[in-house]
Parts: sequence; C-alpha cells; structure tokens
Amino acid sequence: MMSDYEIYSKAFSMGSQETKKMRYDLQIIASWIESGSKVLDLGCGTGDLLAWLTANKDVRGTGIELDEHKVTQCIAKGLTVLQGDFNEEVEDYPDKSFDCVILSQTLQQVYEPARLLYSLSRIGKKVVVSFPNYSHISIRLQLLFKGMAPKNEQLPYHWYDTPNIRVITLKDFRRFTRDVGYDIVDEVAINTDQQDFRGTIVRRFSNLRATYGIFNIEMTNR
Amino acid sequence: MQPDSTTDDAPLIVEKQFFTFAEPPNRMVLENGSELGPITIAYETFGTLSPEKDNAVLIAHAFSGDSHVAGYYADDEERLKPGWWDSVVGPGKGIDTNTYFVICSNILGSCRGSTGPASINLETGVPYGLEFPMVTIGDMVKAQKLLVDHLGITQLHCVIGGSVGGMQVLEWCLRYPEMVRSAVPLATTMRHSAMAIAFNEIARQAILADPNWNRGNYYTATPPHTGLAVARMVGHVTYLSDEAMRRKFGRRLQDREDFSYGIDIDFEVENYLRYQGSKFVRRFDANSLLYITKAADYFDLKSGTAKGSAERALSQSKAKFLVISYTSDWLYPTYQSKELVKTLKRADCDVSFCEIEADAGHDAFLIDDERLRNLLKGFLDGIPRN
Repeated sequence: MMSDYEIYSKAFSMGSQETKKMRYDLQIIASWIESGSKVLDLGCGTGDLLAWLTANKDVRGTGIELDEHKVTQCIAKGLTVLQGDFNEEVEDYPDKSFDCVILSQTLQQVYEPARLLYSLSRIGKKVVVSFPNYSHISIRLQLLFKGMAPKNEQLPYHWYDTPNIRVITLKDFRRFTRDVGYDIVDEVAINTDQQDFRGTIVRRFSNLRATYGIFNIEMTNR
Repeated sequence: MQPDSTTDDAPLIVEKQFFTFAEPPNRMVLENGSELGPITIAYETFGTLSPEKDNAVLIAHAFSGDSHVAGYYADDEERLKPGWWDSVVGPGKGIDTNTYFVICSNILGSCRGSTGPASINLETGVPYGLEFPMVTIGDMVKAQKLLVDHLGITQLHCVIGGSVGGMQVLEWCLRYPEMVRSAVPLATTMRHSAMAIAFNEIARQAILADPNWNRGNYYTATPPHTGLAVARMVGHVTYLSDEAMRRKFGRRLQDREDFSYGIDIDFEVENYLRYQGSKFVRRFDANSLLYITKAADYFDLKSGTAKGSAERALSQSKAKFLVISYTSDWLYPTYQSKELVKTLKRADCDVSFCEIEADAGHDAFLIDDERLRNLLKGFLDGIPRN
C-alpha cells in the first residue's frame, strides 16, 4: 500500500488549478492513474476527472453518464462519453478493454454491486471504487441521539428521496470484497471539507473518521 | 468558390459545381458488377481549404437531399432558399465554415445535379430510366471518394450525415478507414428494419401504381406526380412523430367549421401532407426515389462488407465516432443507434453517444437545435489534426 506521503505528493505534484477544482477523492484517484493508460469512468458527470486525465496524463478516456445534459457538456468539451446506464453499458466491452475502470461515489446507488464489480474486473485490469462512508462519526451520532435516518454533507438526502439505496461502510466494503473474491491492492480513507474539494488522508480509526473510502481492487487469483 | 462571407452576418453565397469522371471506357464498376460512366457529381463547398488540406468536413445528405447544405445561391436574391442544414453549417455555426472546408455532394442516383435515372444515357441519347444500374450506398460513397481525391484531400477531418447520410458515414469508415479522422452518424441505422423497408415499399408502390410512371419511361411525357406525391406523404409521416403531429395539427380542421362529410380535405394534417407532396414533385424524380430507397433497404453494415463482420471491419477505423439519436425517432429508433454503439465498442473504436430529447421524430436532426450545434462544434474542435 502507498504511504500517505506518496499519495499527498502525487496528488499535489499534479498541482494545477484544474486539480484544485476537482473533488478531493478524484484528485486521489487521478494520482493512481498511469500516464497514457486507457480509462473508463462510470457516472462521469460533467467529465471533470476525464478532462483532467486527458490534459495531464495523456489518458485515452471514456465516460458513461445517464444524464443527457451532462453528456452533451462532456462531448462539447471534446471528451468521449456514452449516454446510458453503466450497469448495462459495461457488458458490451470485451475482457481487459481498459487499464483502469473507475466507479467514484456511485457504488451506493448500484442495485447489484457484486454483479457490477464482477463486470468491472472483467473489462478493466484495475478497478477503483470510491464511496461515502456510512459509519462516519456524524452519522453514528445522529442515529444515536436523534434516532432518525441520518443526513450529512456527503449523504444529504431524506430516506424517501435518496438515490443511495446501499448503506456501505469501509469495514463492510472490505468484508464484501473478501467474500466475493477480490484483493484490496490500495486503500485510502479521506476526510473532506463541505464542498468535497479539499481534504486530508485519514490514517487512524478511518471507519469512524473518514467521509469517503477509495479502494483499488482486483480479482483474487485462485 | 468562396466569396468573402466570413462574418456571421453576411449571407453565405455558394455555387453548385460539377465533377465528371469515369469516362468510357474507364467506367466505374458498381457493387452489383455493372459499370457506369461517365458520372457527374454535383457538389458545393463552403469555407477555405487550409494549405495543409487538413480541415475538410464532408457532409452526406439524406435520401431526398442535395448538395445545397448551407447558404444561398447568388440568384436567390430574396434569400428564400437557404441550404437544408443552414442552421448548423456556416460562419460561426456548429460546423464553422470559418474553420472548416465543408464539402457536400449530391448522391449518385439522385436527380439534383448528379448522375441518376433522369440523366441522359450517352449510348442511347435518352434518359436512363430503368436502364440505370442499381447503385448502393457503397457506390455513392465510392463516387464521393473520387470527388474528395479530385479536390486533393487525402484525409477528412470529419464525415457527418443523418439518416441515409449516416449510412454513407458508416460506409466511409468501412471502405476508407485511413481517410476518416472522425465520423458523426446521426439518426441512422446499421440496417433497415422490416418496418423501414415496409414504408419504403409503400412509397415505391405508390409510384409504380401511377399509370404515368410507364415503367420508368416518362421523361418526355407527364411524370408520375400523383404517385411521387403519395410516396412523399408516406415518407413524411415516418419522419414525424405522434407527439409532433398532435402538436402541429391535432384534429384541427382546414378552413372549415364542420366536416364536409365527403372526401375533400377536412383536417389540417391532410392539407399539410398534400402540400408536402406537391412541393416535392417539383424538385424530385420518381425513379430516383425508387433507386435510392432500394439502396437504403439493401444497406447492411454486417453483410455489406466482404471483410466479414461489421465489428471486424470497423476495428480498422481509427476514427473518433459521435453517434446521435433522437428520442421520438421511430423510423430509426434509439435502440438501433445503440446497436451501432455496441458494435463500435466491441471494435475498440473511440465512440461517444448521445440521445437527444426531441419530439420532432426522425426529422429532428434537420431542425435547428442548440444542443446539436454545441455537440458538433465541441466534437469537431476536439479532434486533433495530423
């Protein structure tokens, strides 16, 4: 596993204005991507990560996004983006089509996470997953003291309108990967500010203190 | 032929030009094995070709279109007849003629200046009629390629086309992969569905049923205008959508308060279709419609290539693709564009896809739309020239 220092220096040696505008978890993910590699970004939004990787790491990137408006923004920026549901779109690609497949802050919205992760590890040599940590102290305290479905900056919805149908904690995800047959190659827990644009690495008691977890997983060799 | 119309306000004045090749005995060999020559292709160009000749964009028109994609002809002083994609092509527009050298040619088999069934067969001295050989989408593209060669261009920055024009785009990528830097097939399909063939067949039968058609031999007599008008009416319905027709016409009556209880025009939609039909017969040849609809029906990206599967053939392409479909297009519905996207993904092509929300049906790609303009502009500008 990479040391904190390495991640820091990597993330900030990228240091352009663009990086600072990018969500902090994406900054960390970007630091994991090798120059010139082929990348698939699921739920790419308006393409911040892809644009950065294309400009700074000479990456051949493709994004998948459901929202037409966001897709047109991406394409108008010159990015390669497919409009569609990534749960279905990933099935079309041949094995090992990408050096890296990224699922950032979306796992909590996936209906069949095990199936999706299997597909991702089939089409990508490397799979990077990030998600909000549901066992963060603020959430635990809300449930304990208010006795109501918790909300925070990272998970701002009510129980009745949330797209986040999966409740995941760092600990749960580690167990899940082991149970369904993946190795965690890299893991970083982060704590971000309100806008998620700046943050710090969390080293101790991460399951309690981190707002997000970022994992690089690969299928266990059996 | 480009006057100094480089500002966004000045009208773009264009001129139809002609390129003739395949003079006998060097006739062009068609896909079905027959030979055709000489061949004339009508074309128009917009903007200026760069000294490196690296800024050419080829636009392929749909089945009844022509080379007049943008601007006005000099003799159209009142500016009544802009090109069919004038909202997209021009100075400062989505396909910016200040940046790109745009070429649009009339397809082989058509009647808008290029050789087709209405052209004189030099061997007989009379129009070809049904003597005209069956041309395919591949033959149309081959003729376009010879025109591009003639203009001294070795690589196209982009090939763009909607509907049957989109089929030509795909055919370009199969036949001349090294010449296509990027490709935009919009509102199109890899092959006609049974439904698309069915509507084309109704259009053809409307012409064949007109006594004036006379087995295609009508060039010195009254043309089959009734049949051609009905063919256009059928086509036109397939280009619209239920929603667009409800919005445009509903059940409104045409110039009357009550039903006529007769077979005259009652509804606005009837009047509209008759108007579209009568307008069309003034500019289109019935035999050309027969040939081009057949060519579109025959087109099949899978079996159309001798190289095997479309996937394998497309994997030769280094082009960047942008596939666009429209939500209300029921002639070439989105699922058909998605099949194309799937094929391109499997062929390891660089492909973007967007389904634009629009209620105008298949015709949506011809209608002025800011999203399309922005998409095309960003996409074209993002393609590196080399």
